[in-house]
Amino acid sequence: MRQPNILFDGLPLPFADGQTIMEAATAAGIFIPHLCHHPDFKPQGSCKLCTVKANGRHVSACTMPAKDGMEVENNSPDLNDKRRTMLQMLFVEGNHFCPSCEKSGNCMLQALAYELEMLTPHFPHFYPDRPVDASHPQVLLDFNRCILCELCVRASRDVDDKNVFALSGRGIRKHLIVNAESGRLADTSFSLGDKAAHVCPVGVIIEKGRGFALPIGRRRYDIQPIGMELERAARCRGSGEAI
Amino acid sequence: MNAAVDRKKPRLATTSLAGCFGCHTSLLDIDERLFDLVERVDFDRSPLTDTKQCASCDIGLVEGGLCNAENILVLHEFRRNCKLLVALGACAINGGLPAQRNHLDLGQCLQEVYLTGPGIVGGQIPNDPELPLPLDKVRPIHEVVRVDYFIPGCPPSGDAIWKFLTDLLDGRTPRLGYPLLHFD
Ligand code: SF4
Ligand code: SF4
Ligand code: FES
Repeated sequence: MRQPNILFDGLPLPFADGQTIMEAATAAGIFIPHLCHHPDFKPQGSCKLCTVKANGRHVSACTMPAKDGMEVENNSPDLNDKRRTMLQMLFVEGNHFCPSCEKSGNCMLQALAYELEMLTPHFPHFYPDRPVDASHPQVLLDFNRCILCELCVRASRDVDDKNVFALSGRGIRKHLIVNAESGRLADTSFSLGDKAAHVCPVGVIIEKGRGFALPIGRRRYDIQPIGMELERAARCRGSGEAI
Repeated sequence: MNAAVDRKKPRLATTSLAGCFGCHTSLLDIDERLFDLVERVDFDRSPLTDTKQCASCDIGLVEGGLCNAENILVLHEFRRNCKLLVALGACAINGGLPAQRNHLDLGQCLQEVYLTGPGIVGGQIPNDPELPLPLDKVRPIHEVVRVDYFIPGCPPSGDAIWKFLTDLLDGRTPRLGYPLLHFD
């Protein structure tokens, strides 16, 4: 039987039954920008960075099932402009001072900003006041950088079975909270061995005592751009991708 | 090429507002390419020339954000005089390190530093009219004037600044791209 295909940026891309557009692309070595998606977790489609056009409609690639014959637009100037704007909004609504952030160079938000050539945050900054939580002996929480992706929430609830994190409030007031009466991480059963300690794509959940052990300039996305591991394989297969 | 030599050289102005001069140090970091640069541009107002007033210029590089009233005046002077205004470095682009005071109350900051902090006896908050008034929050420059280009980095590398300037002087749209584009 013929394998079903989607037409991805003009090229046929086979997929397995039940795969989302994101999963089909990833399996083929094609990178779709994303922040709240993680292959180990159920997708929730909240950050919208992975927005693609499927048969002319904007959809989240991480939640949209692939369908035979579906035409998907991903790496287009129009979509990348929109994604850059979403990044700019994320940057101004928190406090992202990369030079002092221990996640710098390993951060997906920053790496996507490089990839999409975000040179300026463009919008006026909110400069919110969000005190850090340094109560836990092993881990620091710097809420100033939270992008509300809920990966820590999902990891703590679904994998660690601890339910340490949650989002609270609505709209612009939505924020990450710690499930303890005191609101402090030290008063939960959270530990460094938790999956939730290692899923944050940005610099909120920071292991103490590591700091800048690996200097800035020699980190993951200093070495190669985000998505490169995936796309190198695709280029080798001669997909003729335009840069 | 000859035509280019005959033409008047583009004029370049630079300034540091609420910055640490790291971006200017990075500009010096282009090393011997500085000789090429002075061949290709004339410096106007800049810490490098010690000229205090900006005349009509082609390119204005602004390091630092806005932390006091004088920063705003200088920024407007640059915007008025420069055809292309460039935000150079993290502080000009997002407030940077000085903006880390933004969640503190300015009045309380001044009180603590000059009046109530440890070891202070008979202190007073400086109020000489010569001193520019601090702003309640530090702001990036694009929130006050139109900015034409941005060179991120804390500081941007000499190579990034050089790539930007040579793109511009050679008539290309400046583009940093990976790996010159850095926020740290
Ligand atoms: S979380 Fe990422 S984008 Fe935010 S300050 Fe840290 S490195 Fe920069
Ligand atoms: S702390 Fe990190 S993982 Fe958790 S919601 Fe915020 S950005 Fe996502
Ligand atoms: S990655 Fe799909 S919505 Fe966040």
